[in-house]
Amino acid sequence: MKKTLLSLLAVAAMSTTALAAEIKPALVYGTGGKFDKSFNEAAYTGAEAYKKETGTEYRDFEPTSDTQGEQAIRNFASRGYNPVIAVSFAWTSAMEKVAAEFPETKFVIVDSVVDLPNVRSVVYNEAEGSYLVGLLAGMASKTGKVGFVGGMDIPLIRKFGCGYVQGAKSVKADMQVFQNMVGTTGAAWNDPVRAGELTKNQIDQGADVVYAAAGASGLGVLQTAADNKKLSIGVDSNQNHVHPGSVLTSMVKRVDLAVYNAYKDTAADKFTAGVQSNGIKDGGVVAAIDENNKSLITPEMQTAVDKAKADIIAGTVKVHDYMTDNSCPM
Amino acid sequence: MSTASVPLPGWISYGVIPLLNLILAFFFSGLVVWAIGENPFEALKFLIEGALGRGDAIGFTLFYATSFIFTGLSVAVAFHAGLFNIGSEGQAYVGGLGAALVALSLDHYVPWYVTMPFAVIGAAIFGAAWAFIPAWLQAKRGSHIVITTIMFNFIGAALMVYLLVNVFIVPGKMAPETRTFLAGGQLPKLDWLMALFGLKLGPAPFNVSFIIALVMCYLVWLLIWRTKLGYEMRTLGISPTAAVYAGIPYVRTVIIAMLISGGLAGMMSLNAVMGASARLQVEFVAGAGFVGIAVSLMGRSHPVGIIFAAILFGILYQGGADLSFEMPNITRDMIVVIQGLVIFFAGALEYMLRPAMVRLYQTARGK
Repeated sequence: MKKTLLSLLAVAAMSTTALAAEIKPALVYGTGGKFDKSFNEAAYTGAEAYKKETGTEYRDFEPTSDTQGEQAIRNFASRGYNPVIAVSFAWTSAMEKVAAEFPETKFVIVDSVVDLPNVRSVVYNEAEGSYLVGLLAGMASKTGKVGFVGGMDIPLIRKFGCGYVQGAKSVKADMQVFQNMVGTTGAAWNDPVRAGELTKNQIDQGADVVYAAAGASGLGVLQTAADNKKLSIGVDSNQNHVHPGSVLTSMVKRVDLAVYNAYKDTAADKFTAGVQSNGIKDGGVVAAIDENNKSLITPEMQTAVDKAKADIIAGTVKVHDYMTDNSCPM
Repeated sequence: MSTASVPLPGWISYGVIPLLNLILAFFFSGLVVWAIGENPFEALKFLIEGALGRGDAIGFTLFYATSFIFTGLSVAVAFHAGLFNIGSEGQAYVGGLGAALVALSLDHYVPWYVTMPFAVIGAAIFGAAWAFIPAWLQAKRGSHIVITTIMFNFIGAALMVYLLVNVFIVPGKMAPETRTFLAGGQLPKLDWLMALFGLKLGPAPFNVSFIIALVMCYLVWLLIWRTKLGYEMRTLGISPTAAVYAGIPYVRTVIIAMLISGGLAGMMSLNAVMGASARLQVEFVAGAGFVGIAVSLMGRSHPVGIIFAAILFGILYQGGADLSFEMPNITRDMIVVIQGLVIFFAGALEYMLRPAMVRLYQTARGK
């Protein structure tokens, strides 16, 4: 009797581990690297959250070039990892190839669209999120001048900038917005010194709120603004805690949720392919307000943001998306 | 008598010494791996297997090596004329524009083997054009070529990003890149070559540009050691004043050497743009231009040496990626450390072991 009980227990124990081990998730970062305190780190946070909750181990990889990214995605798929998540638009063509080779594996790509039956494409409406932080910047500015520091000069970053300008100008039509990009090479994502210099320049011209959309370079923006007692706005991850009292807000892209949900859906056998567009309505982009920046957000600002959110969801305010026609009306 | 001037037989200077340097580099890399708590022998196994263990691994290794051969030759040709061309990176980047323009305009109409010669010429012309201004400034104005070529890398990056973001981008697409070339604009893979050895290429982008690279190695050898121009370049490299005194035209030789160097760098784009991704992408060179400097140094600026050095770096790139994939503790920054140690020992410290070798050699000969 005792023996049967023991074996029953053993079987039960084995079956639970079997259940937990049912998914073997993998994650491929963008070339910016895992700990950029921004986009890639958000994905890492999501994977860690899932691991903490379920005990499921995952594998991740930081590629240094496009060829390596494709290899990593293929390596994970061929070793039976499922689902395989690739964050960054840079893996679009790699994903198109590899996902077609492994039709049984589930794939997720963040920030780009791959039209295959086993790929979930998670995109964000950064224009809407940037509109909200632009609105806050416009209200917080005393000089009527605000700044934007982008990373690499690519359409995605212009999309951030365009939404921001629209938000800032919705406060005051003659609001002046200075825009600079850190650079034209991949190094632009990781050059906080140059980003800081650009911020200093914008502050000298009168800007008193500067929005950083520049990966790890953004830390230079936040630092310079804090040093000069001005305000800054973080991006992708919630960066309000980096310089409490100086970071006005952060335009958070919930990449962590995308990763977490993809793992969870696969484990529950509820994975769906197709485009998942996350805007303000779905809580995919947020203007972060927490205890670190509470003192900077006045009740009027809070009301204005809530109203703008409601208007965007209702469709009465339309935020122009730079990517649709590669131009910005502002 | 100084040991540096004693001649050593070729098999020692070009065989034994580089091999010992390499062993030293791997020994110190092993110490680093051991220090972070991983087994260095297992790491070496992953590195070698990841680079040479399977057909597709060899394919990737040779794919990287192809790029490095082009940029290594580019640096070597300029080096023979006494010029440090640090701009191979930018010349390759702009060369990609030449290759892409040819591919985009011809791929609808003709098969790849018709496109290829035009693409080779296009890539070479654009790469050479990007080297022309620094060359002219060096020859006529004495502006140092190291400084100007580095600056031109940045100008090239800015130009290419501008073109890709504003001109070539497919509307509505997130990534700044041209449309995908049709088959007529792509260089086919060398799977038949791998099949001869009973290997399967799989997804590796090893392609025809490898053969172009080998042809260029032969042509560079011919140019440097078998032509009047090559002789003039080498003379200039050894002593510019003597060369000018002997009647070698300084301005012309500098400019031609740099144009050839830029053209070879530009051809690197054939491998990445037309061979692998079939589209022109932002940052496709990915440091190959700078690796070319190390490859040229290690290969002693000789085409045969460059082929071996390029394959070694191909192994480090491909095996390194596989190593950090298999051993997550060995991050990508660790791989850069290992590559750095190899450059340090095999390139920079090439003369460290030489005196000892000379003494050994002399004792062995009973002198």
